[in-house]
Amino acid sequence: MTRVYQNNTNWNILFLCWLVAGVSTAGSLFFSYVMEFAPCVLCWYQRIFLFPLVLILAVGLFPLDKKAAKYAFPLAVAGWLTAAYHYLLYTGIIPTNLQPCSQGVSCTEEYISLFDFLSIPLLSLLSFTIIITLLIIFYRRTP
Amino acid sequence: MKTHIIFGLSVVVLILAFMFGSLYYKGKQAEKIGFLAQENAELFVRDHSQTMGSEDAKVYLIEFMDPACETCAAFSPFVKQMIVNNPGKIKLVLRYAPFHDGADYFVKILEAAKKQGKYWETLDVMYKSQPHWASHHNPQPQIIWQFLPQAGLDIERIKEDMNDTAIAKIIDQDLADAKVLNVRKTPGFFVNGKPLQTFGSKQLLQLVQSEINANYPN
Repeated sequence: MTRVYQNNTNWNILFLCWLVAGVSTAGSLFFSYVMEFAPCVLCWYQRIFLFPLVLILAVGLFPLDKKAAKYAFPLAVAGWLTAAYHYLLYTGIIPTNLQPCSQGVSCTEEYISLFDFLSIPLLSLLSFTIIITLLIIFYRRTP
Repeated sequence: MKTHIIFGLSVVVLILAFMFGSLYYKGKQAEKIGFLAQENAELFVRDHSQTMGSEDAKVYLIEFMDPACETCAAFSPFVKQMIVNNPGKIKLVLRYAPFHDGADYFVKILEAAKKQGKYWETLDVMYKSQPHWASHHNPQPQIIWQFLPQAGLDIERIKEDMNDTAIAKIIDQDLADAKVLNVRKTPGFFVNGKPLQTFGSKQLLQLVQSEINANYPN
């Protein structure tokens, strides 16, 4: 217990990281189950990398475990890459005819845009960026 | 122990935020669609729409359906039973939302059957034979023709009438209305403009019953 108190800031960093993953998970479920937006293929891949983070990071919090960051890192990076690719498709930087999901829901369909720029792919990219940054800070700080 | 409390509280707050967010959003949507209904009732009922039940009925049950949708087929007897149980009070309005690949083929057959006055018979035959032609892995629309004679149709005329461009326009109009009303799944139900919030036969019955009570007090 005393060890946990000594590492209070480190615990807070990993907790914050978990919180970002948790809020993102709740948000993505909200989009699909409450607002009934059908998730496209790329969104599914991002979810595959995002949802386990909530559980892995929660386990790493009790007791505080440096290795949790190591296990979470590959998932977060894979999620970030998918989100980045999705965002480039969405903004049209990569031409849409290269997209892998021509049937069903288009990955470039616009569902929401908060304050004129915050789309769902950008939200996802932001979450993964924050998660990766916090994981790196946590890993470096923890002895 | 402090960390456990912070973590536990966060989990609870997240879940509560999700639940209240859902309630708030659904309430807003219902308000918006109720408002739309007053502004343009034609979003729900178009002149071309097929209806069942009394013309004077005060409870409009609007169903966005797809002939290839299994749940629509499963719901069909239940919906009919509700109309029979409340004679003269419910009017069913069918709208098309052919989301399955190739489902507009069946809508075209239905609309062609309407010209022969065999709409409901044809829809029944379609729903009953659906397992034979609507497999998700291997849809075989041609098989429907083996079953259509059961509805007492003039098959040659159907084949001619179903290519009428007016039918394609009806489908486009219904799909456009479905989009405005945020129907993304079938069957999509509205009762007097109010959307069915959570899907299920019990919930639909409740919604219909509350509209019957509101429109037929005594």
